[in-house]
Amino acid sequence: MYIIESGNVAAAFGVKLAETAVIAAYPITPQTPVTEKLSELVDSGEMNAQYIPVESEHSALAVCIAASSTGSRTFTATSANGLLYMAEQLHWAAGARLPIVMCVVNRGIGAPWTVWNDHQDSISQRDAGWIQLYACDHQQIIDTVIKAYRLAETVSIPVMVCYDGYILSHTYMPFELPDVDTVRKFLPPYAPEYFLDPACPKNLNTVTLPDIRPDVRGDTAPGYMEIRHNLHTDMRRSLDVIIDIEKEFYDTFGRGGHPFIEPYRVNDADYVAVCMGSLSYHLRDVIDKLRNEGIAVGVAGLRVYRPFPDKAIADAFSHKKGLIVFEKALSYGNQGALFADIKAALYAKTDRPFVRNYILGLGGREIKTCELADALRDSCKPSSATTDRPEWIGLKM
Amino acid sequence: MKKKDAFAQRKSHSEPGPGDGGRTGSWRVLRPILDPEKCIPAKTNKNACYACWIFCPDGVVTKTKLPVIDYEYCKGCGICAEECPAGAITMVEETLLIMEEEK
Ligand code: SF4
Ligand code: SF4
Repeated sequence: MYIIESGNVAAAFGVKLAETAVIAAYPITPQTPVTEKLSELVDSGEMNAQYIPVESEHSALAVCIAASSTGSRTFTATSANGLLYMAEQLHWAAGARLPIVMCVVNRGIGAPWTVWNDHQDSISQRDAGWIQLYACDHQQIIDTVIKAYRLAETVSIPVMVCYDGYILSHTYMPFELPDVDTVRKFLPPYAPEYFLDPACPKNLNTVTLPDIRPDVRGDTAPGYMEIRHNLHTDMRRSLDVIIDIEKEFYDTFGRGGHPFIEPYRVNDADYVAVCMGSLSYHLRDVIDKLRNEGIAVGVAGLRVYRPFPDKAIADAFSHKKGLIVFEKALSYGNQGALFADIKAALYAKTDRPFVRNYILGLGGREIKTCELADALRDSCKPSSATTDRPEWIGLKM
Repeated sequence: MKKKDAFAQRKSHSEPGPGDGGRTGSWRVLRPILDPEKCIPAKTNKNACYACWIFCPDGVVTKTKLPVIDYEYCKGCGICAEECPAGAITMVEETLLIMEEEK
């Protein structure tokens, strides 16, 4: 069934279809309508879940951590400063290997105060040990929430589903509501191996000392470094799981099928624009225009940022002439984080494209199609070279 | 999925029990020494006081007429000595005690 709704409601319906048991969230623009819709669904009885109102984002994630530790499927959502207020708990959820799913409705971070879209919030949390998925439209939001639960529970790693504030969260688009029974088959109930159970007390995540040591039975217990190494190797192994889940989703629902990179006119392109989120769809119009001008350019939307699909990126782009990375975030004092990661992914290839970086749309600064076209016209030339610092689009000074 | 391919094989899940926080006795710089002459339950032969037992953050003091401290896990924080209403617990330099023991 197709419905016309906002991106936030698409997220909420994804959570409902996933039959999430515990929801805790604190409202923050532009995430608020997700929590409003979910509390409505719980209040009306349409959704059989516990909705726990909290006084802060830190508590919201703490509630999810506790509920997830008892074996419940949990959800929270936030934006910008709310995500940063959770930061300590983000690392905890990852280290504790809890399959929490959270929507991050991307918004710029204060100061100065802004409520509009960019990606600095989630990108700044890239090293917290969470998987990060980026959606480009409403259909992808609802589908990605469902896939996120399947992924999180398979690999025991929490997942952020990121989508652009306002551009997606508050606009209305038609999208298909997946069928309940099909979702149930795709996403079986959460059945963890370990969970807190009063009948069988356990200590979870107590203090570890720098070295390994025996547990109370005398068996060697893993130390901090072993546990963190396992998180990293499992993150890397999640790349294969993402491929499998995407394939199964495509076979089941007939949508998606691009685990890491969603290409548009990339096959025969010499140059490829790379970005995350709704901008990759915005750029399609620009690509069509430039193709008419005879510039062989395509666009690739990156769907997964952590774990970083470096091999997929190197394989897809190493034979191209140039990559132009558009980013709504910046590693201050260096360059765009995605730009740096893409260059690192290509480094081992002897024959690699030039890579350029544009920073744009910070704090909701309008991204004009004509500016994107100018940037690509300027970059898509054989004479272009890899840069070490970004250029800016739409800066008025 | 084969067990060796399972995800999250290394997590911090443990059974509660002595030593789950490590051999915390090795952290100790000051050792609590209990004087039976001053300790209320020891002196009166009544189940009374037990402030040391209730306040010890590591649960290493027994609730017996002469409370016993498990030095394997007592981390030497001194809370028992601070809370004891009879001044029966003295914190003594661990190094002095070790030197004496080695004599
Ligand atoms: S309170 Fe502190 S010093 Fe006293 S027995 Fe407990 S751990 Fe040792
Ligand atoms: S607190 Fe002091 S007096 Fe009370 S039981 Fe402990 S050692 Fe004895």
